[in-house]
Amino acid sequence: MEVSAILFYIFAVMAVVSALGMVLNVRNTVAASLSLVVTMIALAAIYVLLEAYLIAVIQIMVYAGAIVVLFLFVIMLLNLREDDFAPGRQWLVKFGAGLLGVFVLIQLLKLVGPGLPEVPVVPEGYGGYRQLGILLYTDYVLLVEMASLLLLSAIVGALILAKRNID
Amino acid sequence: MPIEEICKTLFIILVIVAGLAPIITWIERKQSALMQDRIGANRADIGGITVLGLLHPMADVLKLMTKEDVVPQGANRMMHMLAPLIAALPAIIAFGVIPWGGIYSFGDTTIKMVAADPDWGLLYIFAIGSIATYGAIMAGWASNNNWSLLGGLRASAQMISYEVTLGLSVVGIFMVFETLKLTDMVMAQDTTLRVFGFIEVFGGTVPAFLDWVRLPAWGIFYQPLGFVMFLTAMMAENKRPPFDAPEGESELIAGYFLEYSGMRFGLFYMSEFIEVIVIAGVVSTIFLGGWAIPFLDQATIIGGIGSFMGEGFATGLCVILHFMTFMLKLIVMIWLQMLLRWTLPRFRYDQVMNLCWKGLLPLSIANILITGAVMLLVRG
Repeated sequence: MEVSAILFYIFAVMAVVSALGMVLNVRNTVAASLSLVVTMIALAAIYVLLEAYLIAVIQIMVYAGAIVVLFLFVIMLLNLREDDFAPGRQWLVKFGAGLLGVFVLIQLLKLVGPGLPEVPVVPEGYGGYRQLGILLYTDYVLLVEMASLLLLSAIVGALILAKRNID
Repeated sequence: MPIEEICKTLFIILVIVAGLAPIITWIERKQSALMQDRIGANRADIGGITVLGLLHPMADVLKLMTKEDVVPQGANRMMHMLAPLIAALPAIIAFGVIPWGGIYSFGDTTIKMVAADPDWGLLYIFAIGSIATYGAIMAGWASNNNWSLLGGLRASAQMISYEVTLGLSVVGIFMVFETLKLTDMVMAQDTTLRVFGFIEVFGGTVPAFLDWVRLPAWGIFYQPLGFVMFLTAMMAENKRPPFDAPEGESELIAGYFLEYSGMRFGLFYMSEFIEVIVIAGVVSTIFLGGWAIPFLDQATIIGGIGSFMGEGFATGLCVILHFMTFMLKLIVMIWLQMLLRWTLPRFRYDQVMNLCWKGLLPLSIANILITGAVMLLVRG
């Protein structure tokens, strides 16, 4: 087996196990968030194996390095205890998750069913910041601007909500 | 070739992590003694020989290793154990992309003085730096102590805030050098910058006597504001004074590592010192020309000495000169950080946050805008 294939299996198992750790750690929210970090890092490693370097770095910087830190920040500020979790809705969540799992499985089987596709040969510099940057600021510039507008409105909204509490 | 990679990794671990980091504790002691008009670390001795206090790092390590490893009651044992490792690991692996010298060719073999040289080298350092937050958060949470938790919260908020400025303050450098690859960045700085070259942009010609006025083409001369902001943000990420609000002895006893003892405490301590070297390395690579010797580029050295001593000898000499130059810059940057650490008092926590969001962030965005405008004017 090739080295990259072995690495892929290592990181894939790591991603799945830590994702399970995140879902099953219902009582310990901090441990669940930390499992999510491990999932993110394993996914980033898989992106590296796919030669999507920029996405891998962004995955770590944004998801593992910023978003989950904010999750943890909020969890620690709230200081949740076990009886804070409402037991009533658990079955609904489990049912929804099961349904989603079945849906994903069907989609996967549909993709893999006819046999795996050929591995395409990537051109030089594929997945680098240069190519992605050129694409983002030429073909998809409208979408980038729309996303930035959305973020701006979120910032303004957060400011208004925070200010109302202070006044 | 795997052997080459193994050698480079061993070099980094043995020379930098195991060699330089303990010496930095000595530099710190001596610097503080100098600033406070004391003699400083001079007591540790072997049979009366003190070697300028250089035995103190050894005494430190011995002491830390023989102390009891206390895990507080009610702590999450596994996370309490893992946190110091997670704090120390990012600092060590960030060295992988820092170039200790250039690229040299001896006949057919090419030697690269860097362990890994990806196209996205600088982004790698940012990504690794963003992981470093978890050491502090986990330590703060797992200790089951309110002061620790507060320290962990402060650390996470501070590090996340300064990551934003950290990234934005070097966008100007990305624009100037048009690359994120650290070896290419240093290569671009291994030349000179014509100070009066801007006259040509406005259609004039540079008089011959002014054309001699040159500076090394270092990042700091292109982006002086970027240099100050980047260094500030990096130092804030490291949580050392004056940005040590997460530790703040007067308020939080010792912050997130309050419940640590022995070598586990030592790991937190060491990771901060290793981070000091990382900061010095990154800053001198992207702003101070890395291994580049001012006014004397690689081709000139090899051509000049190679003409009478042979090319192989000249290249070898060049490797040593470049490595020494980089080490010199590294030590200057370490010294600068020590000087700042012992000069400035600790910021209040709201001052730390205001400096980031109201001071550095708008400035760094303005810096990007101005850099973009100038680049458009100069390069078209």
